[in-house]
Amino acid sequence: MTDSRDASTQGAKEKAPGEKAQGNDGDITKGATSYVIGLVLAMLMTAASFAVANGWAFVWQPGIGAALIALAVGQIGVHLVFFLHLTTGSDNTNNALALAFGTLVVILIVGGSLWIMHNLDQKMMPTMPTMP
Amino acid sequence: MSEADLFAGREDPYRVGRGGGNAKGATGHGEGGPSPKKTVASYGFWIFLLSDIIMFSAFFATYAVLVIRTAGGPTGAELFEQPRTAAETACLLFSSFTAGMAAVAAKREQVAASEIWLLATGVLGVGFLFLELGEFASLIAQGAGPQRSAFLSAFFALVGCHGLHVFGGLLWLGTMMAQILVKGFRPQIQRRLACFNLFWHALDIVWIAIFTLVYLMGIKH
Repeated sequence: MTDSRDASTQGAKEKAPGEKAQGNDGDITKGATSYVIGLVLAMLMTAASFAVANGWAFVWQPGIGAALIALAVGQIGVHLVFFLHLTTGSDNTNNALALAFGTLVVILIVGGSLWIMHNLDQKMMPTMPTMP
Repeated sequence: MSEADLFAGREDPYRVGRGGGNAKGATGHGEGGPSPKKTVASYGFWIFLLSDIIMFSAFFATYAVLVIRTAGGPTGAELFEQPRTAAETACLLFSSFTAGMAAVAAKREQVAASEIWLLATGVLGVGFLFLELGEFASLIAQGAGPQRSAFLSAFFALVGCHGLHVFGGLLWLGTMMAQILVKGFRPQIQRRLACFNLFWHALDIVWIAIFTLVYLMGIKH
C-alpha cells in the first residue's frame, strides 16, 4: 500500500487551509461554484442583517441584538465553508483544531473583558458628574 | 504491552501522524515524510491569521467596554451613516469573491484571468479604503475625532486597525500581480497567492464582526 502512494495522493491526505478537498483542475465550473454559492449566501445574510437592524424584518425589538449576532456568526460560517473551504473532515483536523482554539481564546478575551469591566463598574462608588 | 502493540494494525482515522505518513504503529513517524510545503506554508499562515484575529478580539473587547463612554459627546447612533457602511460591506464582500475567483484562475495557471480578478479585488479594496477614509475625515471635521471620547478612541483604533490591514493587503496584492507577470506560476508564487487569499478572506470575516457589532448594533434604537 505504501508503494502505491504517489505525491498527489499524499497531498490529499492533509489539506492546506483554504484548499478544496478534491483536485478540481478538471471541470472549469467546479472551483468557482463554491465561491458563487458563498457570495449569494453572504449577500442574503448581509441584507438580512441590515433589514433586522432597521426594524424592517419582524423581529421582536429586544431580540434585535441577538438576531444580529446570530446572523453574523452564520455569515462567518458561510465564509469559512465556502471561501476558506474549511470542513470537519479528517483531512482538515489540524485547521479546524487551530480555529477551535482561536475561537476559544477570542471568547475568553471578549467575554472575560466584558464580565470583569461590568463587575467593576457595578462596584464603583457613584461619582459626581465631571465638569466638561 | 508496548504502545506500538496497542496501535498495531490500526488505521489513523484523524491523521494524527504528520505528513500523511501511512504509519502503522507509532504515529508521527511515518515513512511518508513531512507534509508538502504548500500545506505547511498555508497552515503556518493560518496560525498567524488566527493570532491576528485574537489581536482584533482585544480591540473588540475594548470597544465593547467603552462604547457607552461618550463623555457627553456624540454617540454612534448620531454619527454612523448606514448607506456608507452598506457600500463598504459590499466592496469587501465582492472583493472576497473576486479574490476567490483569482485563486481558481491561478490554480489553472491562467495569467490573464488571474490578473483581471486580482485587479478587480484591488479596485474594490481601494473603494473600501476610500469610503472609510471619507468617513474618518467627516467624523474629525465634525469634532468627533479619536480624542473626543473613549468611545471614539476605541472606534478609531478598531476600525482603523482593520483599515490598516486592508491597506497592507493591497500592497501585497500589487506585489502578487507583478510577481505573476514576472515570475509566472512557480510553486512559491502559488503558495504566496494561497496565503494572500487566506489573508483577504480573514479581513472580510473581521469586517463582518465590525459592521455587525459597531455599525448595526450602534444604530439599534
